[in-house]
Amino acid sequence: MTDTVQTRHVPDRLQGRAARLLKSWEALLLGVAIAIFVINSFASPYFLSAWNLSDATFNFTEKAMIAFAMALLIISGEIDLSVASIIALASTAMGLAVQHGAGTPELVVIGLTVGLLCGAFNGFFVTVLGLPSIVVTIGTMSLFRGISYIILGDDAFRGYPASFAWFGQGYIYWVFTVEMLFFVVIALVYGVLLHKTNFGRAVYAIGNNPTGALFSGIRVARVKFILFLLTGVMSGIAAICLTSRLGSTRPSIATGMELEVVTMVVLGGVNILGGSGTIPGVVIAAFVMGLVTFGFGLLNVPGIVMSIFIGLLLIGVIALPRLWAMVAARRKS
Amino acid sequence: MTTRTAASTSPNDTPIVSMDMITKTFPGVKALDQVKLDLYPGQVTALVGENGAGKSTTVKILTGIYVPDGGTIRINGDAIAFASPNEAAAAGITAIHQETVLFDELSVAENIYIGHAPRTRFGLIDKAAMHRAATKLLDDIGAPFSAHTPLRDLGIANKHLVAIARALSVDARVVIMDEPTAALSHKEIEELYALVETLKSQGKAILFISHKFDEIFRIADRYTVFRDGAFVGDGKIADISEGDLVKMMVGRSVDQIFPTRSHDVGEEVLKIVGYDHPTEFADINFTLNRGEILGFYGLVGAGRSEFMQALFGITKPAKGVCRINGDIKVIRSPADAVGNGIVYVPEDRGKQGAIIGLPIFQNITLPSLGKTSRNGFLKLAEEFKLAREYSQRLDLRAASLDQDVGNLSGGNQQKVVIAKWLATLPQVIILDEPTKGIDIGSKAAVHEFMAELAAQGLSVIMVSSEIPEVIGMSDRVIVMRDGRIAAELAGDDLTPETLVRHAAGISTPTKGAAA
Repeated sequence: MTDTVQTRHVPDRLQGRAARLLKSWEALLLGVAIAIFVINSFASPYFLSAWNLSDATFNFTEKAMIAFAMALLIISGEIDLSVASIIALASTAMGLAVQHGAGTPELVVIGLTVGLLCGAFNGFFVTVLGLPSIVVTIGTMSLFRGISYIILGDDAFRGYPASFAWFGQGYIYWVFTVEMLFFVVIALVYGVLLHKTNFGRAVYAIGNNPTGALFSGIRVARVKFILFLLTGVMSGIAAICLTSRLGSTRPSIATGMELEVVTMVVLGGVNILGGSGTIPGVVIAAFVMGLVTFGFGLLNVPGIVMSIFIGLLLIGVIALPRLWAMVAARRKS
Repeated sequence: MTTRTAASTSPNDTPIVSMDMITKTFPGVKALDQVKLDLYPGQVTALVGENGAGKSTTVKILTGIYVPDGGTIRINGDAIAFASPNEAAAAGITAIHQETVLFDELSVAENIYIGHAPRTRFGLIDKAAMHRAATKLLDDIGAPFSAHTPLRDLGIANKHLVAIARALSVDARVVIMDEPTAALSHKEIEELYALVETLKSQGKAILFISHKFDEIFRIADRYTVFRDGAFVGDGKIADISEGDLVKMMVGRSVDQIFPTRSHDVGEEVLKIVGYDHPTEFADINFTLNRGEILGFYGLVGAGRSEFMQALFGITKPAKGVCRINGDIKVIRSPADAVGNGIVYVPEDRGKQGAIIGLPIFQNITLPSLGKTSRNGFLKLAEEFKLAREYSQRLDLRAASLDQDVGNLSGGNQQKVVIAKWLATLPQVIILDEPTKGIDIGSKAAVHEFMAELAAQGLSVIMVSSEIPEVIGMSDRVIVMRDGRIAAELAGDDLTPETLVRHAAGISTPTKGAAA
């Protein structure tokens, strides 16, 4: 057929890179971030201080580490609501190890291992038994934290070694914290993983159409299991950073963080039903949430108002494009 | 055929429903072209035709799902036009589909009366009245379960009875049964026949759609034959033989032109021995040679797609051996199948074939990412190169390769799926109903392309329910019936009549004259 039929030319792309970038969700979100930054710098004289801004990053760095892995999981059509409880369990395990004289290297290994095992536990029920992830991880959310409560009761583990403080309290250079370094490195790793590798392409394919992906020869269960492992490990890293920063472990550590992580992911433009979303979007969403929290903190706005604002921001940013389309459609008719 | 009971008990000879000159066109296809169909009270009319003859469209027009483009429907002489399924139901027309929509979590009574349950004074559902009425309906049709039973506890045959009770609960005058026996066992089919007799005695008109000739001759009083969306003939079952009915059904003017092919085939590529599945198929044995097109023909539910999906690693056969180029290969997943050079173009394009939401080029390269990447990292330039090559080869029509597959027409989506698989350089390509639902022009392109692939040494398995396509394209045809291979046909044995006979399980090989 190649020589009998004249070959039809189908162009690779119609829009250039710049046009696609300009129309993207990320561009809109970046506008919001800049607006918040500008408003904040006028609202409080303390905002534009390098050290204050540096402190502000703690509002989002730990959550964002998990959010990157969670973004991939949600794009694939699954979710993990047990991440905050994994932090509690990993932190408790590290605290327990400290009581038995563990040093910093052992603590890191324990934190990562607990995260990995919790992720494997979730992944097993979802990919091997085929249960819905939202149900499984609501269950493990109670289970993991419940174990922490049984071990700790009303107590707290303290006495972490001095060198362990590096993760959550250390600085690389001037105002740049160790957590910031982690944030940047992890963002780059997940950005490359999602956007530049075959694995990332498989994640998108699965999220768009799991049956079609399976019929295309993608090992769907394996990919999803790996995503649960990654989310577990990232929770482990977040547990190390958070425990190091707080210097103690209580069973209530990181309570409610799973919803903030999911909020960050969705605000970043990831479709909660799976199939689309980007890592740059999540990075910007992390900054937006961090800036809002920090700005309101400087203005002494109560925490409850802050969560109201974040809630409105989430709904607003998601509803805006839809509203825009409706207005445009009405104007046409 | 010789033992037919004298069914016609003083039939009323004016039809309840009379469809005349009904036409329905879909983009690219004329589904119905000036057809007529009459349904008589107290009689069973069998609607006979191949897949694509227009039977389902007719049912959908009768039940108000589709609005015809032309023609009239008369009920008791009055011309009517249904604007919605509710109006058809109000006129007393009800349909029992192959897979009736029922609700597993509700009780039998709730299923029967959903949407029209008796109400109390306060507008709430009158459960007592509903259960009384449901129990009476179930008694009338001899159902062996109570109205309180949750639907999920019932087997497929009993669910059918619920569907029938539901149909009767609206006081139907016309009952449409669309392949009602497809999923039933022998005993259950007998019970269904008894029920049909009951409905007849109540004076209801029944439209019976079936591919099985034995049951048509067993329970139908009249027949109407459609072919390619056109009316062929009708009459009383008593006045026609099985052979003549088959001829009316398939005897077409061969107006489709298929590419001419040499039937020289190469060495054996695929050998399947003893593939068995607990429920879907059994004892499947065949070989496939290089450059061959092997057709699989059969009725809906004959187990063709189920077998193909087992071959592709979606479902696992209980036992059986697959040899590729003589070596035994174990295929546990589609990834294994693709790795061994077997690819599958599924019938359900939207769900199983294309990934709607991803652009064309990403669909095409999805199974070939190993080739277009380095160490697991994507190389976009390589991807576009591969996608360009295969979209040109298949003459894909699209605005750009970056366009979502969801925005393409059915025929072009099919091209993307085929391109995706050809890019993996397979040895065996399985095409499941490759031209279903695509326009005539794309059909010819797919046929031509299939012939070209075979000429290039690819082995093709084509599952098709379209007789001209099966005969026009295949070197050999395997006919499946009830999950087993019923016949393997080639050369002069490969005729429309032999295909239909083996697929429907008609034993008498004599042509035409009978009874």
